[in-house]
Amino acid sequence: MLLKTPPRNVGLHSVFALVGMLLFSAISPSALAENGYKDSDVDQLAKLLSDLPSANFKNAAILINKSEGFVKEAAKPELDEVLSGLFDAYLEGKLYFNKSTKQLLILEETDGKLSLKDPFNSALLGEANKKEIKKIRVNNRLRKTLRKSIARLTLFHPDQEVRLSAVDQLMQKLSDENVSLLKEAQESEKSRPVREKIDIALALFALSHTEAAVRKQAVTALAGNMEPAVKAKLDAMLSVNEQGEYLEPSKAVRTAAQSSLSRIDSKRSIYGFFETVFFGLSLGSVLLLVAIGLSITFGVMGVINMAHGELIMLGAYTTYVLQSLMPNHIGLAVLLSIPAAFVVSGLVGVAIERGVIQFLKGRPLETLLATFGISLILQQAVRTIFSPLNRQVITPDWMSGALQINPVLSLTYNRLYVILFSLIVFTLLLLIMKRTVLGLYVRAVSQNRDMAKAMGIRSEWVDAMTFGLGSGVAGLAGVALSQLTNVGPNLGQAYIIDSFMVVVFGGVGNLWGTLVGGLSLGVANKFLEPAMGAVLAKIIVLVALILFIQKRPSGLFPQKGRSVE
Amino acid sequence: MSALEQFRELMRRDRVFEFLVEDNEIIDVSHKVILYIEGLSVSFDGFKALNDLNLYVNDGELRCLIGANGAGKTTLMDVITGKTRPDSGKVFFGQRVDLLKRTEAEIAMLGIGRKFQKPTVFEFHSVFDNIELALKTSKDMLPTLFSRTTDAQMDRIDEVLKTIGLKEHRMQLAGALSHGQKQWLEIGMLLASGPRVMLVDEPVAGMTAQETERTAELLTALAGERTVIVVEHDMEFVRSIAKTVTVLHQGSVLAEGTMNEVQENAAVREVYLGEEQ
Amino acid sequence: MSMSPSNEPLQFQHFKQRRQSLLSSTFNSRSTQLFLLVLFVVTVGCSLSNLLFSPDHFLYVDTYTITLMGKYLSYALLALSIDVIWGYCGILSLGHGAFFALGGYAMGMYLMRQIGDRGVYGDPLLPDFMVFLDWKELPWFWQGFDFFPFAILMAMVVPGLLAYVFSTLAFRSRVTGVYLSIMTQALTYALLLAFFRNEMGFGGNNGLTDFKEIIGFDLQSDAVRVSLFLITALVLALAYLLSHFILESKFGRVIVALRDAEGRARFVGYKTESYKVWLFVYSAVLAGIAGALYVPQVGIINPGEFSPLNSIEIVVWVAVGGRGLLYGAVLGAIIVSYAKTRFTALMPEAWLFMLGALFVGVTIFLPKGVTGLFEGLFKAKKLSKDTTEGEPS
Repeated sequence: MLLKTPPRNVGLHSVFALVGMLLFSAISPSALAENGYKDSDVDQLAKLLSDLPSANFKNAAILINKSEGFVKEAAKPELDEVLSGLFDAYLEGKLYFNKSTKQLLILEETDGKLSLKDPFNSALLGEANKKEIKKIRVNNRLRKTLRKSIARLTLFHPDQEVRLSAVDQLMQKLSDENVSLLKEAQESEKSRPVREKIDIALALFALSHTEAAVRKQAVTALAGNMEPAVKAKLDAMLSVNEQGEYLEPSKAVRTAAQSSLSRIDSKRSIYGFFETVFFGLSLGSVLLLVAIGLSITFGVMGVINMAHGELIMLGAYTTYVLQSLMPNHIGLAVLLSIPAAFVVSGLVGVAIERGVIQFLKGRPLETLLATFGISLILQQAVRTIFSPLNRQVITPDWMSGALQINPVLSLTYNRLYVILFSLIVFTLLLLIMKRTVLGLYVRAVSQNRDMAKAMGIRSEWVDAMTFGLGSGVAGLAGVALSQLTNVGPNLGQAYIIDSFMVVVFGGVGNLWGTLVGGLSLGVANKFLEPAMGAVLAKIIVLVALILFIQKRPSGLFPQKGRSVE
Repeated sequence: MSALEQFRELMRRDRVFEFLVEDNEIIDVSHKVILYIEGLSVSFDGFKALNDLNLYVNDGELRCLIGANGAGKTTLMDVITGKTRPDSGKVFFGQRVDLLKRTEAEIAMLGIGRKFQKPTVFEFHSVFDNIELALKTSKDMLPTLFSRTTDAQMDRIDEVLKTIGLKEHRMQLAGALSHGQKQWLEIGMLLASGPRVMLVDEPVAGMTAQETERTAELLTALAGERTVIVVEHDMEFVRSIAKTVTVLHQGSVLAEGTMNEVQENAAVREVYLGEEQ
Repeated sequence: MSMSPSNEPLQFQHFKQRRQSLLSSTFNSRSTQLFLLVLFVVTVGCSLSNLLFSPDHFLYVDTYTITLMGKYLSYALLALSIDVIWGYCGILSLGHGAFFALGGYAMGMYLMRQIGDRGVYGDPLLPDFMVFLDWKELPWFWQGFDFFPFAILMAMVVPGLLAYVFSTLAFRSRVTGVYLSIMTQALTYALLLAFFRNEMGFGGNNGLTDFKEIIGFDLQSDAVRVSLFLITALVLALAYLLSHFILESKFGRVIVALRDAEGRARFVGYKTESYKVWLFVYSAVLAGIAGALYVPQVGIINPGEFSPLNSIEIVVWVAVGGRGLLYGAVLGAIIVSYAKTRFTALMPEAWLFMLGALFVGVTIFLPKGVTGLFEGLFKAKKLSKDTTEGEPS
């Protein structure tokens, strides 16, 4: 009875926290350098820099310029990256060398531990022994040289993305020196987004100009700009220092800044709204996926399958198993797991129907209990087979990352795919229900079982198939969830109430109702969340639903008719 | 209603303590009519089960409702007993009681009893208990909790059991009765609750010819003292009991009169013959 | 009820009951007498042996066992509360754990206030977790809980009130069957989420624990443990009698009637919604009392009690014992809880398999539970045939 552990899945919000973590790890730079570069260019570069430990500051500067020239000549983006990474470390005083081998090393601190990394192939070299290594010293002049060098390496990098992020970097620390670099870059720059970004950076710099007229012009130019740095700078201009004076002395500039800022704010709030809608739709499509299978089985057979959540979990585990079977084809494994999960969960569903539910005809409450028992067994079985710990399903490359619409609004690909996937599943189900013989039989049985039987429809076969279909869709939901969250034995547990609520809200046995119900509940949840926290939002949605059932006991889209009680 | 009217309604002297007025006393049948049904419409998902139906039933009358399946007979009963809320229309019990504002239980306590098309009895109770639960007593919770069966009630139950011919089955579980016996038991429950108006939906389905005859006797005997409305498909049965017959068609009244009048009615003939083709 | 295991023919029993005063009919039921006798003998016997014998005596029952039995008896009371509404009225509540936990929290709050300045932080007024959260004063809903009778009252009023509001809303809009079950589950789930929050002021994740004493007596002492056990037994007996009285009265017959044919009951003139609401409230109050008895014996109450799994386990006790029979529920609670204690100690992994199998097995093979099995063996064939026809759902 006593359950002293915290609830294992406190709602969907945790799903998205995990998504964030997954994404972060997927796009961090270490992933790019996974294989290391062993080509001769890197070796040559290493050779070139091998004198660095013994060089004095003057020679070091020469070496820096030489290696930069070498990399430019080689014109290989990977080399640019290696060198700018090395320079970054150098700049921050993290570049060391081994006293005996003279090998260059980058010292990294993670979780309070110091570890070493090879700057040329990013290989990890284990924990640092302070006695064996020595720091490569750096002075202010050298720092300047390094900064310029890094900026050149990145600002003139052939890859547009790298150039964009280089401008971003420079925007954080605008100095005369950086600005002149930016101006230099702007002249040769051909790509429009990069040029625009440089414009913003220059305007941002102009905000600190001594002449008020220049500042005002810059302020006006930046109106409605979505860069976080712009907003921060404008906010700073309008703030008051300790003496009670505005940081921006000119009143005219302040007024202009105020209006620019309000345009920025209104734009941000619009995009913020879109982002919330997007999050809501993504949550809603998950709800749709998990609920639609239940909607089918509940609509046709009038029984709640409490093991529905566990069928979702089985789908997620199918993805995990396929990925572990083919570790070199992560993306393919995810695609293959779509049919596989459908089959696995579908078969388990048919087994549940044939093995248990058919013996409990006309006793919906007992069915509820028995299927709950099955859900316990399935959970424990997965715990025994796989371990009670969460398993991580890897998100394939083409699903990670985000569609960056502007600095404020970015739509992560995995969520976009899930929304798309749920809509495809929904459409297919709709087609199955409306266009196929199975669908016809299912509708017949759900409307009047006795009559359908009299017409020669084998209602038991229809039950098994319906249950299989609903369970298979639960498996599909599991595949989708595996891309959003960690896969564990309790994955499905939290969804049974949510999905039931969606079904009830939309109206039992109505696919369109489930669509509208799922999406609107998802969006409602996401809009309530910032105002009152995820847990409270969930509670409020639950209570609101209970009250909703008061008003409309048969949901948004009720099945009307004399036979409906 | 204008503000003035609303105010007047609020200030009516005779309605100060409305909840004190006894339910039974307000059924005003001074105009002889006990059920007024006017302009009643009910639709399910576009299908009009009742369409602007008007019907007046006199106090103490035995009225038969006939009509094809889907003519709206059962829906009409559902509306009268409060099970279905109509889209529009009025249903008055006597001249003053608006039935549309009452719940099923309140309507039952006002004295409108109902027998379902499919016999429904309390299957896990004995025949005796079924009748006892239906008896005309207070059905509020506390009186029910502390109630004890009085001698008078025992006699009344015995009397009902005798009428419906289930005296020797009194201790049997109702679920174990045959279909016809369940029909009788439900009629018995109706009798025990002593209603002013009895709505009887297909009372003789599943009964033998002999039982049907007895039912006919019983219903005719009850009329006069009570108002009986019977829905039945069995035309012989209807002919044997009915004085007035109302024919429903597509949710409205098609014809009304004696059995012979109705049979001669051109519209009725057309509908029935038309449907038979 | 046709189900009471008397040897007398059914009809005579009926008549006799109808004629007797209701209280004496409650006491005259053979099953009630037997139940009370067994309960009395076991509880008093165990308590005496604990207090009188020395620990090495072979008849000695140690305090741990006494407390364990006390826990089972509070579970039995909880099972009784489910049986009243599920077995007799057909309302399957998957959220009764919530009422149990609310009763438990009411008692826990009293015990928490009793700690006084003996907590880790030594604050005379605020419980430790509030000091930890840097709260300055006692929230309004903690006021009065230092007064024992008030806490006991709240252990009944709070679950009762929640049950009243919830069931009025649900029954008025004619929510029944699986809809209602899932809604009760959603109710307890919402409360689970709420009670996990620290801001709620009920100790968040950790709940309430580290209790010291109850109305001035040390909670750890043998005498208090035995007394708590005896009180639990006494309350169980009283609740059993009261439930028996209610369900054997005409009120109870209305309840069974509306379970099987609610529409009919309504058209006969019973306001079935009110009957259901008040039975639900009664059941919730019983569950609250069970929670209040449970907490001082196990020494902790935390949000885990709200978890849907807990609530559904209670239902399985009743299903195993046999619903629609008061002693069946009690028996089921004790059997399953004992099995759980043993199995989780021996092979913790297997317990969930067992529990799952129990759910499936009982619903398919033993719809009337263990007691139904025995009843079937003892009763005349004809009678059992009568009662099995038309299974309620």
